[in-house]
Amino acid sequence: MGAAIEAVDRAAYADWLQRVGDNALILGHRVSEWCGHGPALEEDIALSNVALDLIGQCQLWLGLAAEVEGKGRSADDLAFLRDAGAFRNVLLVERPNGDFAQTLMRQFLFDAFHIELLRALGKSTDLRVAEIAAKAEKEVAYHLERSADLVIRLGDGSAESHARMEKALKSLWAYTGEMFLDDATDQALAEAGIAPLPSSLKSAWDETVTAVLAEATLAHPGQSWQHKGGKQGIHSEHLGFLLAEMQFLQRAYPGASW
Amino acid sequence: MAAAIQPGTDQVWDWLSQVPDPEIPVISLTDLGIIRDVAWADDTLVVTVTPTYSGCPATGIINLDIETALRGHGIDKLRLERQLSPAWTTDWITEGGREKLRAYGISPPIDGTAADGRLAGRIARLAESSNLTIACPRCNSTQTEKLSQFGSTPCKASYRCKDCLEPFDYFKCI
Repeated sequence: MGAAIEAVDRAAYADWLQRVGDNALILGHRVSEWCGHGPALEEDIALSNVALDLIGQCQLWLGLAAEVEGKGRSADDLAFLRDAGAFRNVLLVERPNGDFAQTLMRQFLFDAFHIELLRALGKSTDLRVAEIAAKAEKEVAYHLERSADLVIRLGDGSAESHARMEKALKSLWAYTGEMFLDDATDQALAEAGIAPLPSSLKSAWDETVTAVLAEATLAHPGQSWQHKGGKQGIHSEHLGFLLAEMQFLQRAYPGASW
Repeated sequence: MAAAIQPGTDQVWDWLSQVPDPEIPVISLTDLGIIRDVAWADDTLVVTVTPTYSGCPATGIINLDIETALRGHGIDKLRLERQLSPAWTTDWITEGGREKLRAYGISPPIDGTAADGRLAGRIARLAESSNLTIACPRCNSTQTEKLSQFGSTPCKASYRCKDCLEPFDYFKCI
């Protein structure tokens, strides 16, 4: 392993891996809440498949986080036995599902970021990171195509679907800025060549989002005040409710397995 | 006790070619291209497997099936290794595997058409029903339409034939 990777503080590295893994875990769980409730059978299945991909990716990221951390914890321990304050996902992914419009818009805004992040991580100096990213990128390319496609169809659809998409965009927009904020952890990882600075992904994201919103006939919200804190463990109340459901089994019956 | 004779790796590949994929049982694990290596490390047989999709629920079953099959052939010391890189691609599905998929009613992947997530330049076309021409595995008509990007498993998309009106799965290129 390269000297640059060895030089990165182990706790900071494990923390960063949890950011990537927790985004996939929390969004994957949120999307899985649709299982059996989708507006059409095909959409129900598509949502479940996206959730599966994300939870599969989260296993790989959190597995590596646990390995880097070196405290004998597993990916499952990280997923099921941490409290809200120890989660490092961005606030966007813990937003409630709302209606189908809100779920899809959240997915699109995240997918457009996720693909840029994974593409950059494919060039990571840590091969373990690069290989997980290369695998996940192929899956996320399909997520983005689907979510962009549906944002366009519903934005440029009926008066009802347009109004719902516009409402979803307005309510989620203030949670997008956090994805591109750099902090000391990001700086350390970028210096070691492990990960890109989140801010470096902004222009490509802007380009995708601007083009898709225009095609969808949705007004671009422009600059506005933005929420932050998820990456540092300061979450909205929604995460607690999500964890209460997701972690219930392992909390009530420690070590239970299928 | 005399040391057991180690079966050759060709023999092991042959055994693995008889293990069906748990979700699409008409094709085998070797047809699918997920067995990346078979080798002996001293007295232990090491089989290297790559997952299709990160979250594919069949991965665990596949490992169990490999283990069961090889133990059934008398292999006692066995180790399965996961290899992520290079990431699995549908290009690795064998010619024979593609024919079996078609006969089973699943349209095989069209190589080189994987989604790349680069939307610029084709956003206007994105919302059209499909940017690919997928032939119906039943009547061969190319008058088909995409119903959903995701089908009954993550690796497939849902299509419908506009001529024979049958819905079918397309094995997505990845």
